[in-house]
Amino acid sequence: MEHILSFLHQHIELIYIVILSIFLGVEVISRVPSVLHTPLMSGANAIHGVVIIGAIIVMGKAETDNYLALILGFLAVILGTINVVGGFVVTDRMLEMFRGKKK
Amino acid sequence: MGSSILSLIYLIGSVTFILGLKMLSKPDTARKGNLVAAAGMTLAILGTIFLYTSNGEHLHNYGWITAALIIGGVIGVMSARKVKMTAMPEMVSMFNGMGGACAALISVVEFNHLIHRGAGGQITVGQSSDKLLQQLLESRISELADTLALNLNTDLRGSLLIILLGLIIGAVSFAGSVIAWGKLNGSIKDFSFKGQHILNLVVMAVVLIGAVVLILQINEKVMATAVDGHSALAGLQVLFYLVLLCSLLYGILFVLPIGGADMPVVISLLNSFTGVAAACGGFLYDNPVMLTGGILVGSAGTILTILMCKAMNRSLKNVLIGSFGGTKAVAAGGKEQGAYKEISLSDAAVVLAYANKVIIVPGYGLAVAQAQHACHELEKLLEEKGVEVKYAIHPVAGRMPGHMNVLLAEADVPYEKLLEMEDANAELPATDAVLVLGANDVVNPAAKNDPASPIYGMPILEVENAKLVIVNKRSMKPGYAGIENDLFFQPKTSMLFGDAKQVLQQLAAEIKTVS
Repeated sequence: MEHILSFLHQHIELIYIVILSIFLGVEVISRVPSVLHTPLMSGANAIHGVVIIGAIIVMGKAETDNYLALILGFLAVILGTINVVGGFVVTDRMLEMFRGKKK
Repeated sequence: MGSSILSLIYLIGSVTFILGLKMLSKPDTARKGNLVAAAGMTLAILGTIFLYTSNGEHLHNYGWITAALIIGGVIGVMSARKVKMTAMPEMVSMFNGMGGACAALISVVEFNHLIHRGAGGQITVGQSSDKLLQQLLESRISELADTLALNLNTDLRGSLLIILLGLIIGAVSFAGSVIAWGKLNGSIKDFSFKGQHILNLVVMAVVLIGAVVLILQINEKVMATAVDGHSALAGLQVLFYLVLLCSLLYGILFVLPIGGADMPVVISLLNSFTGVAAACGGFLYDNPVMLTGGILVGSAGTILTILMCKAMNRSLKNVLIGSFGGTKAVAAGGKEQGAYKEISLSDAAVVLAYANKVIIVPGYGLAVAQAQHACHELEKLLEEKGVEVKYAIHPVAGRMPGHMNVLLAEADVPYEKLLEMEDANAELPATDAVLVLGANDVVNPAAKNDPASPIYGMPILEVENAKLVIVNKRSMKPGYAGIENDLFFQPKTSMLFGDAKQVLQQLAAEIKTVS
């Protein structure tokens, strides 16, 4: 119990961010017209690609002889980049079609 | 200095994500919103590479990082550019899987790091020949172990919990997304067997129990390594990889039996999963931008998922346990159906050309046939003849919510012509003819009339309220949910078989001859 409390205490700022972000996410999406559901899902998909930052940190911290970390980190950066870049490009392609339609 | 700039960059990154999502939710600003979020992401990535420090040290291995970024970037751009509009849903699913895999890999590396860092206090004994010195050393070791234990109690378990969460959620999301991708492009068929629910629950139980055991044991085991070497870690590692394997297995089992109407829900759910997995990384590295980005997507994705479930009148639990396979559905449609009637192209053309108001109901068939342009041509032709043409869009038509909107937007169909379900249902009774293009389950009256039907309770487009219904399908085969559709056998319905694109082009040609 004590450990849990001290864990919460140590990370209280992060926990605040989490809770506020949850409400923010709900608030932002609950007013979306169904027209935009697919692009929005795709855009959100690109945003969670932010996980790539973790992958970069893993890579950058790995000792040069720690092959497991290097190989896995390398893979993780590649996959994360595909997620981010592909996600934003696909979303942009979808939204390109909407451009200028609403006069 | 560097790290304060980095904090600022992360702050900007988080704000761009929020703004981006907000702008993405309005048609006028959506495209800009996407670019705003992308800019924030670029900034955050560059900032991390050049400014991130841990214990005063900068990152290294720049060569590897750059190479991986370039490889990933090229693959991402190429596949996103080349993919056809109809294949968009599976592409999104695939990208989502990549993110999940990335999160899981991070967890694997960090787990190994964690147990070895914890065991870092180990001192090699035995080399010393001097007994006294050895005793001295041993007492020193037990002291070390004690201090280590003190640090560990607050430290390792919390980190391990986060690592495990990232691992499990990331792995489930990865495996599930790959299966969803395969299902959408047709390379993986619906598959379910007796007792699958039980197997799913067992696999999930193994994952959870494994995780709990790991968390309970980690301090003790890692502490033990300080005294008797790394042998104690082997058990932990085996258990960790078992949890990883079972998570992957769960992801597969969880998506495999789900078919048809549930696919959009599954993709959206997995999308929010990956968001949470990314947020775990944020916790692990005390990184606010990963945290906000991940949690935003997690919560927004969950809401989107719930909205979709509501549209189909199913509970999320029901989707998760995955009972909506093909087997049950076929049984429900077993009763003998009456005869259906076909309509010729020229008759259909006359009906449409002389109607006052026509509503087009697009479905997956339209997407498969790439018929959106042909459809728009037909619409313009009819409008020239003074027919009022609108589109009725069911929230889950196609394979993803908004799928039809994207397709029709590609063909320059104006927004005002697209009716959402409720508006469409209000206008249908005053409609002369409805043209259903490759949609099936979303117009199935069984959802209203037949409590035994698997889709019972799902709101549908009530096309049978219109005066006449023309249904274009490739064959009489049931739709993606595997259910017979009574609509096709009703007296006011006529069937017009064929590929949607060809049929629409021929219809347009026929309509030109009707004057």
